[in-house]
Amino acid sequence: MEMGRVMIMAEAAGINIEKMKRDTMKISVASGKGGTGKTTISVNLALSMDNAMLIDCDVEEPNCHLFFKEPMERVREIGIPIPRFDLEKCDRCGKCAEFCQYNAIAIIKNKLLFFEELCHGCGGCKIICPNDAVSETEHVLGIIEKGGMEEMELYHGLLKIGEPFGVPIIKAVKELASPDKNIIFDSPPGTACPAVEAMSDSDFVILVTEPTPFGLHDLKLAVDVVRNIGTPFGVVINRAGIGDNRVEIFCEEDGIPLLATIPNDLDIAKLYSKGIPIVEGIPEFKQEFIKIYDKIKEIVKTQGVE
Amino acid sequence: MKIAMTSKGKDLESEVDTRFGRCVYFIIVDPDTMEFEAVSNESANASGGAGPQAAQAISKKGVEVLITGNVGPNAYQALEAAGIRVLTGSNGIIKDMIQKFKNGELEEANSANVGSHAGMGGRR
Repeated sequence: MEMGRVMIMAEAAGINIEKMKRDTMKISVASGKGGTGKTTISVNLALSMDNAMLIDCDVEEPNCHLFFKEPMERVREIGIPIPRFDLEKCDRCGKCAEFCQYNAIAIIKNKLLFFEELCHGCGGCKIICPNDAVSETEHVLGIIEKGGMEEMELYHGLLKIGEPFGVPIIKAVKELASPDKNIIFDSPPGTACPAVEAMSDSDFVILVTEPTPFGLHDLKLAVDVVRNIGTPFGVVINRAGIGDNRVEIFCEEDGIPLLATIPNDLDIAKLYSKGIPIVEGIPEFKQEFIKIYDKIKEIVKTQGVE
Repeated sequence: MKIAMTSKGKDLESEVDTRFGRCVYFIIVDPDTMEFEAVSNESANASGGAGPQAAQAISKKGVEVLITGNVGPNAYQALEAAGIRVLTGSNGIIKDMIQKFKNGELEEANSANVGSHAGMGGRR
């Protein structure tokens, strides 16, 4: 059958064509709990794979760059459009305030109040205004920077201090993902909007956890979120040996693939503290990360057939 | 005169809710006649901007004085625009606070007395 027809049939069957066309993968590395080792997994996995690109989506505190010698270079600023009100044209009808889901606009006693930090930049007030009194101006939220190495580029977003809202920067930095490369997205911790944004549109999510009660508790929250997103996922237990085996029991009972177990090891900790990737300091470890990638490929392939 | 009080319940025996934007009810009362109505606070569960929204709501009700526990910066700005007098630091029973108000014992706030998100139960 010719390729064009295959594509049309696949599309009709609800199969993601964009994903079929490429043989590269987009993998998000996430966790419910912070400090479990997302960055360690992200950096080492990216360095162990062929043709990889690393995107640090933890815009409040990006730290993948700490493992590379080259300084980060500024790429561009990222902002959201925020409204500017022409008070001559505005008749204080209040339609914009009523529309705004984030309560960023208030009309009180014929005065218009705008709370800039509450605005999500949706542009709804401009559309809804019957008097054409709203124009838009850019509000800078942060920047995107580039670094890494020649054979593996790293991009990260950096939220400005005092800005409460990083999702637009995460969206912007994700757009830099090259379709010809295997992409690792290092996600922010937690299960709120920034983490969800960093996990969305990926082919696979790696949930990194530690074998402690806190690790297990937050892993369960993250599992609920990933199941809602509907992306295949697996678990990596980091610092194995510090707690108990309840994470393993949970994964087994819940049918969640355990991709790897990384021991709580002094040599690994020493490398980390010096900003040296494990696979650089202990080259044999590269095999472990290649195994993780192979397992992911296998899972994505079998789930794609179902 | 109408005063609004942030309340956990619907009558004058209720406890003051010390949060403004996220209080459960507003008790709107005329201190001279003690006639009152309880209005549930539509902004209590807003994702953000609860303070300014609550200020708009009580302004529409014609309130001139607010008696509450704490007021954040956005809420204060909105209350100021509405020309509503803000008396903070209240806790205890609604009825007792009205008496204190009549005796002139409540303190007037000239600015926000807590930071943003103070009424969000430990979440920041």
